[in-house]
Amino acid sequence: MTLWWIGNALLLLVVLPVVVYLLNGVLSAARSIVPSVERIGAAANAGSKDLDAVPLLLTTQEQVRQTVEVVAGYGGSLDVIVDDAS
Amino acid sequence: MPAAGVVTIVAVVLIVLALVYYLVSTIVALRKITAGLDDAIAGVGEIIEKSAPVGDVVRDINRNLDAGVDLLEGLLVKKAGLVDAMGLIEGLYPGAAANGLRNFPDSTTVRPPRIAEVYTKGTLTLARLGREAPIAAASPNGPVLRNVEGGSLDARSLYPETRQTRPARLARSPVIGTGAPVQYQPSEQRGGTTPGEAEIREKGPWAETAAEGVVPAELGGSDAPREMLADDPQLGSPVLGQTTGSDEPATESGVDPSAGDEADATSDQGPEPLEGAEPDLKDAAAGPRKVDADSADTDNGSNT
Repeated sequence: MTLWWIGNALLLLVVLPVVVYLLNGVLSAARSIVPSVERIGAAANAGSKDLDAVPLLLTTQEQVRQTVEVVAGYGGSLDVIVDDAS
Repeated sequence: MPAAGVVTIVAVVLIVLALVYYLVSTIVALRKITAGLDDAIAGVGEIIEKSAPVGDVVRDINRNLDAGVDLLEGLLVKKAGLVDAMGLIEGLYPGAAANGLRNFPDSTTVRPPRIAEVYTKGTLTLARLGREAPIAAASPNGPVLRNVEGGSLDARSLYPETRQTRPARLARSPVIGTGAPVQYQPSEQRGGTTPGEAEIREKGPWAETAAEGVVPAELGGSDAPREMLADDPQLGSPVLGQTTGSDEPATESGVDPSAGDEADATSDQGPEPLEGAEPDLKDAAAGPRKVDADSADTDNGSNT
């Protein structure tokens, strides 16, 4: 009987607090992850919206190509009308 | 049931309740995490999808820009030379010359001339374009060089300094004739320059005679006293003309003694006839003139 009481005491004074402490740590860690994950999701959505302007790169690409063509024509003309340095 | 058994049951129930509470709370938190990660993954997926063509587009843009840079660098160095090119770049963007040109590694070692301190922007190019350059073409008053009233010394100063800005400081072309400010007596000089002492020593005594003139005045030269001349001297000084007494050419360009170096009439039988052109043979069938034939006969007779 005495051992039974000792077992009860250990169960209530040692096992239960340890279980509560460990589970509380797991719960705290899980809850701390939630805000971080929410911020990651918000950042990903914001990044996705920022990339909505990516199709404009096609316009930039075409304009750069036209600009270089104009520069080539201008440079070719200068090559004809301006004497070389040597 | 003994009291110890009741206590045991209570302790186990408490432990189970604690497990249930914390595990359920953990499950709820993990579900939130899962939902958040799903949102994040969706956003990342969109990012990947939208940025997929960026690489090819940017590479194409860079390729075109590289071609443009190569073109402009090559053209600049070709037209201005590496040193002047670095000077122009330094003038437009101070400090940029230190970075050099991408396709010209030697450009980093060039000490750029201070072109911008000498020329204003575009002046060098316009000067190289020549006098027909459309200077001030965009001016409301029209191009300067084609506008007589708008033309100014400023525009002319773009070109190599000769006499457009400081004509007063330059010697004027020699004036010859009776109106010349400096008159030389004909006996002193008939042609060429008056030989100096060094030239007399080099050429001999006859040059000293030339220094006194072909016909000295005391022997009745054209500048002799009037009483020593004939009644009607036909060749007076105004008719004979006068020299300037200077070696300086009368024109800006002077006389080019090498102008006849390219004459090929005597060495190459004249110019090449045009293809298909008929030769001029109108005198080929004519016999020799009588005087020429007589002269030839006389020469033959004297030789024989």
